[in-house]
Amino acid sequence: MTDNITVTVNGKQHTATADDRLTLADFLREKLRLTGTHLGCEHGVCGACTIIVDGSAVRSCLMLARQADGAELETVEGLAEGGKLNRLQQAFKDNYALQCGFCTPGFLMSVTAALREGPVRDEDEARDVLSGNICRCTGYQGLVDAVLETSKEMHS
Amino acid sequence: MTGTIGASVKRREDDRLLTGRGRYLDDLDLPDALAIAFLRSPHAHAKINSIDVDEALQAPGVVAVYRGSDLMAIHKPLAPKVQHPMLKELPRYPIPCEEVHYVGEPVAVVVAENRYLAEDALELIDVDYDVLPAISSTAAALAEGAPLAHSDADSNVAVTLTQRCGDAEAALNSAPNRLSGEFRVMRGGGHSMEARAVAARFEPATGQVTVWDTTQSPHYARQQLSMIYEMAEDDIRVIAPPDVGGGFGPKAQFYGEEVVVPWVAMLLGRTVKWVEDRQENFVSAMMERGQTHRIEVGFDDDGKLLAVRDHIEHDQGAYCAGLQVPSITTSTVPGPYKIPNIHTELYACYTNMVPTSSVRGAGRPQAVFAMERMMDRIAEHLDLDPAEVRRRNLIQADEFPYRVGITFRDGSPLTYDSGDFPALLEGTLDKLDYERCKRERDQARAEGRHVGIGIAVYVEGCGLGPYEGAKLRLDNRGKILVTLAAAGQGQGYETVYAQIAAEAIGVDMDLIEVVTGDTGRIPFGQGTFASRITATAGPAVYNAGHQLRERLKDTAAHLLGCAPGDIEFDGDRATFAGDAEKSVSLQEIARVANIGKHGITLPKGIKPAIEVSSYFAPERAAYASGAHAAVVEVDPDTGGVKVLKYVIGHDCGNVINPRLVDGQVIGGFAHGIGNALYEEPVYDAEGQPQAASYLDYTLVSAAEVPRVELFHLHTPSPLNPLGAKGAGEGGTIPAPAAIANAVEDALRSIRHRGGVEDGRPDHSGKQPPGGRARHRLEGDADGARSATIQRSPRIDYAPVTPHRVATAVREAGH
Ligand code: FES
Ligand code: FES
Repeated sequence: MTDNITVTVNGKQHTATADDRLTLADFLREKLRLTGTHLGCEHGVCGACTIIVDGSAVRSCLMLARQADGAELETVEGLAEGGKLNRLQQAFKDNYALQCGFCTPGFLMSVTAALREGPVRDEDEARDVLSGNICRCTGYQGLVDAVLETSKEMHS
Repeated sequence: MTGTIGASVKRREDDRLLTGRGRYLDDLDLPDALAIAFLRSPHAHAKINSIDVDEALQAPGVVAVYRGSDLMAIHKPLAPKVQHPMLKELPRYPIPCEEVHYVGEPVAVVVAENRYLAEDALELIDVDYDVLPAISSTAAALAEGAPLAHSDADSNVAVTLTQRCGDAEAALNSAPNRLSGEFRVMRGGGHSMEARAVAARFEPATGQVTVWDTTQSPHYARQQLSMIYEMAEDDIRVIAPPDVGGGFGPKAQFYGEEVVVPWVAMLLGRTVKWVEDRQENFVSAMMERGQTHRIEVGFDDDGKLLAVRDHIEHDQGAYCAGLQVPSITTSTVPGPYKIPNIHTELYACYTNMVPTSSVRGAGRPQAVFAMERMMDRIAEHLDLDPAEVRRRNLIQADEFPYRVGITFRDGSPLTYDSGDFPALLEGTLDKLDYERCKRERDQARAEGRHVGIGIAVYVEGCGLGPYEGAKLRLDNRGKILVTLAAAGQGQGYETVYAQIAAEAIGVDMDLIEVVTGDTGRIPFGQGTFASRITATAGPAVYNAGHQLRERLKDTAAHLLGCAPGDIEFDGDRATFAGDAEKSVSLQEIARVANIGKHGITLPKGIKPAIEVSSYFAPERAAYASGAHAAVVEVDPDTGGVKVLKYVIGHDCGNVINPRLVDGQVIGGFAHGIGNALYEEPVYDAEGQPQAASYLDYTLVSAAEVPRVELFHLHTPSPLNPLGAKGAGEGGTIPAPAAIANAVEDALRSIRHRGGVEDGRPDHSGKQPPGGRARHRLEGDADGARSATIQRSPRIDYAPVTPHRVATAVREAGH
């Protein structure tokens, strides 16, 4: 069955068709052409597809588009503020937290959700926050540093 | 000047990648592209009797379905990348018609309106197979009377590669001490977070086909397509998109899918796209690593190596996509040590598993694993410190160029260009605080904890030929365009090559743009593999930059009426000795020399067209080197291993952007930790993959990768003007060896638990003279082990999984 669904993505409302089995990730990428959300495994492990749905970090490869009807979505495309990198994005850049960048949107969204919940105090906590996403390029050190730096700035 | 060689310039790529504006293949806007999906063999070895596609053709949204037999024009074997005259080559077809040789091999292809519909149609294809016996290990391949991995082959051995120097046999026979070991390194994959993908569009008006391909080697792919399609290379444009989500080796290979997708675009006259999903990636992207080493070393009473002999089984997989990995293995065994007698013999075996080729490390981790494990066993045997045994054998800093006596994979004698292995080892030990770590280890042991230290040293051939190129042009806007044939997968080429060009030309980095990986922009190239680009494309950009600088100065001097030697660059202007009043902009230079005035003679002395190309062909490979040291704690009951500390000493010659090099090393290390402790694509005896998702195949997360302490030596390579070597693989190569050494060391303390004297030295004093002789055959390849001798658990496998640790503890009788 194909029906229209309406979602708000990064503050903007979109209505588009979605059949029963279309994943939310494919809906964003193909229907809305928001290709910043990536697919690394399509089975819920790598975290590349992470977006924020009604305030919670969600793997958009595991959610159907129709389950998101009426929801408020945040994706990597909405992070920059006034055309400038936000604090977390800048910290990623300053700490060389990305190489190929394929995993990056997922990490940004997972960390964004985590930092809203409270500070990340030490390296162990940072690794915990990051451990739901996989990066094959960086070895995570830059990511850990970026999370700690951002948390310090946000929560001090 | 903002960006020059040696500065940790921030990456230019980052802004687009951080804001979701990256352009990976599946992000490219290709209007009305049809989706392609491949039907893949569920059997490791089977004869295809028939394939019925009628029902699939009727399925909704399906545009076409092809079997191998429907595509006979491209039914041609894909050539192995690295050949050998003795190689028994078995044809690898884009889509085989008669027999399949691994689970995952393509048997048909569906083209449909979208991927969902294409996959629906795959289920409607009916293939009738006769299942044949499968080979799922090198041991099975080499067993007497083994079934054949390919029905029409006469043996499972693809080729035997031998390297010899001196007389290892005689030296082993006369050596005062001789030890042997058997080590197994399991398969492992590349697992770039973006899997493979190919899209293609045919332009009937020009007869050209454009292919977007996540390949590491666009020019190589174009050449293969040109031969198979029998088309001129200029009619095929292969573009590696500006953003590719990791490579790590598997994307440097050439696959059947890369042949089929553009061909289908031409047949249908439609744009088509195939994006590999992770499930396919697990069963069709090439892997590596699978090797068994039976290694024997002879040494004197001081621990000095006299000979090494290594008998290697290499898992080539279902087809030989190239012999680069096995040949690198055979030449990596001697490593940083002076060994007068060397004999390596490698049997590359066909098996019924995904073909193997390079994965970050490429044949080196296995060789280093075998050699470095033996260095520790020598130390144990002689009751010497493992660091001291290495020290006594290292090639010294004044011995370069050092000829090992065997041949490297580039065809040249294995000759280390430069390095300082003693300084690397000592630096690594200092950074680890080795003496203190040893005290702490002994203290922990006294408390009943199992803590161990492992060291591994390696040499890595890198910067391979034949050549790499760059084209530099003053564009009509007054910017300088650097065009590289090489394609990046996250290394930061746009940043690094702007740095090199800025330094060579002597202008600001902001004036420089870098484009990569498009055969339509530069005619010749090889590709990104074997940690070769900095040492090949780097010098090409550097040399071209110098030439461009002369061209710019010459033109400016004519326009300003001065000598070229008086020209200085300031921002986007060429000035007479820094005087802004007497200057021309780069754009004005372009206007005169490049744009010109139609039909009007150029001003006197001005040479037209400011563009230079430079190709750099290294005379032979360069050699990077490094030392890793790990401290681990092991739980002998669960087999769990925790890395307490890890230090990497790394020497990749001169460095262009230090932070990016650190990123390469630390990222490579994470891959190495995966190989050391976690990653294993298990196959069962029927050749069925048992770990084909990330639920079963563990990729390390931030929780598993410890923080690394890193230090660098910079011994320039004399082989290129930048003095650069490769940095992409050194973090990976020795990690399994260092970790396994540390785990074995940690378990050494439980040797005495049973209170049985095992005849070997303990750490308290000198051993009895007889002890050594009694242990000459200890751990021999034939498995001769005395049941009465209780000894510490042996770690003979990588990855060192908890199960293997616990088994080793149990087998040692504890
Ligand atoms: S793509 Fe969704 S978790 Fe990997
Ligand atoms: S930057 Fe490549 S996977 Fe993380």
